[in-house]
Amino acid sequence: MKTQILARQERDAREAVFPDLRNVGILARALILYLAMVLGHALAISTKPYDLIINIAVVLAGGLPAAALVGAAWALFSPWLRRLAYWQAAGLLIALTAAVAAWGARLTDAPPWRAVPLALLGLAAILIYFHTLGRALSPAVTEARLQALQARIRPHFLFNSINGVLGVLRADPKRAETALEDMADLFRVLMLENRDLQPLADEIALTRQYLNLEKMRLGDRLNVVWKLDKMPPDAVVPPLVLQPIAENAVYHGIEPTQSAGVIEIEVAQLRNEITITVRNPFLERAGAHHGGNKMAMSNIRERLALHFDAEARMSSGPRDGRYQVQLVLPYVAMTKTTDTRSLV
Amino acid sequence: MTNMAASTRPKRIIIADDEPPARRRLFDLLDELQPAFPHVVVAEVDNGRAALLAAQQGADVILLDINMPEMDGLEAARHLLKMDNAPSVIFITAYEQHALAAFEVHAVDYLLKPVRRERLLAALQRVTPLTAPQLEALPRGARRYLSISERGRLLLVPSDDVIFFRAEQKYITVVTAEKEYLLEDSLTRIDEEFGGRFLRIHRNCLARADLIETFERDADADGEAQWIVTLRGRPERLPVSRRQHAQVRSLAKRVRE
Repeated sequence: MKTQILARQERDAREAVFPDLRNVGILARALILYLAMVLGHALAISTKPYDLIINIAVVLAGGLPAAALVGAAWALFSPWLRRLAYWQAAGLLIALTAAVAAWGARLTDAPPWRAVPLALLGLAAILIYFHTLGRALSPAVTEARLQALQARIRPHFLFNSINGVLGVLRADPKRAETALEDMADLFRVLMLENRDLQPLADEIALTRQYLNLEKMRLGDRLNVVWKLDKMPPDAVVPPLVLQPIAENAVYHGIEPTQSAGVIEIEVAQLRNEITITVRNPFLERAGAHHGGNKMAMSNIRERLALHFDAEARMSSGPRDGRYQVQLVLPYVAMTKTTDTRSLV
Repeated sequence: MTNMAASTRPKRIIIADDEPPARRRLFDLLDELQPAFPHVVVAEVDNGRAALLAAQQGADVILLDINMPEMDGLEAARHLLKMDNAPSVIFITAYEQHALAAFEVHAVDYLLKPVRRERLLAALQRVTPLTAPQLEALPRGARRYLSISERGRLLLVPSDDVIFFRAEQKYITVVTAEKEYLLEDSLTRIDEEFGGRFLRIHRNCLARADLIETFERDADADGEAQWIVTLRGRPERLPVSRRQHAQVRSLAKRVRE
């Protein structure tokens, strides 16, 4: 099973995805790389310190319009480029860059034998950087996913749930049946190695099933309030963004105390963003109960970064006497052509 | 009570688990074991504190879940040791990899969830009272309660309520906002257990660090200068020993800032 997953993920890793220049994080990286190359070029052709400033201005004056033009085209056609094979997209971009550089050279009377190779070298550096980044991330992701997989199935939860099912089996066979079905669904998703975005509604349903299982064990101590009236019906999110947070809320906010507690889960759309907020009772004395929390949280953070780079945020901490975890993700609507793959 | 009587009378069992289905499961299993192990379930409780109260009414065996709110199973077992005629303990746990190793080494009986009928019967049939050394060896955190024997009864004082401990010859006086209690223990052990929350201000005194209000110079009965602290809401002026002086001063300074 494990080797099978690894083999499949390695194959995935080799099929490079063309970088999405519409993403703020990717754009920022490309821009920084471009400016670094400008600086390098200016340094190489300068002989005195004050030449450097002038040379930076000269290099930017020559190269920036062309770079901006290619960048704009790349961002504009990004969804379309990403549907092509990597080499096709790269080829198109290389041809465009060569054409823009040659045309620019003609307009400014610059020697094209210099302008075209320089522009192509710059583009190559950027493409190779993102290609390497994608490769570097993929095996790490595989590793992290596998680790996370093992950590996610909290043994404590598994055995307690089985014990719970056995406990209600005789008195309430229907309930035991539902509980086993919920467990099967939950573990199916937990064992999934698919990294693509999934409908938010599925994630909500899964979290409900998880909370039903916990409710069976914890009875009246666990109360859940859902606030979903501002939830976009067609949004897609990375799998398992909400369930682990709900699990933490139960583990830290409900299990350690005898009194009844409320977990609030709120999903709302605000302009182009989706906010997922989970609040649970904040128990200061539960100190000894901690651990495992950071693992789950950093796992979610890592996966969010993979899908959305700098466009997703996560925060957590005590707030108004309760403990709050909040995710902010870009709103991606589910359409036939929605690109649900990672960014690079 | 003779041995004869004890072996013929059905055993009194307490079930302690915070999850209703888990209690239900134990109850069902015990019911099936009735012919092999005559017993009566005298109480079903959902935390360690309630288990102790039930045990005071008399019981032979307690099936004690380890992970429980309010007071966990391991702490409840520690308090049980102070009772006369304490019931024998069988721990129950879902998964505690590290704890289990310690259990095995010290032959403390435990069952894993989900509990099997045959294992439960075997455990019930060979159960023996826990000993203090066995419990000492198990992993554990700071107690949530201090147990105090008062006229043969077990009193539980939340450790959060304690303002200071003062050693007096054989006993330790435990001072809370409402009452004072006498405890048989050693200040050194308490210091180790609650390290950080209580500050050693004198060879014979541990005070709640976050309640220190003033730290000042005073003269003792013989007119000799000494340092004292006062604690929020308490009239006592507690002397600070020369050895602890530097530590208390730095903490008092931090609190003031």
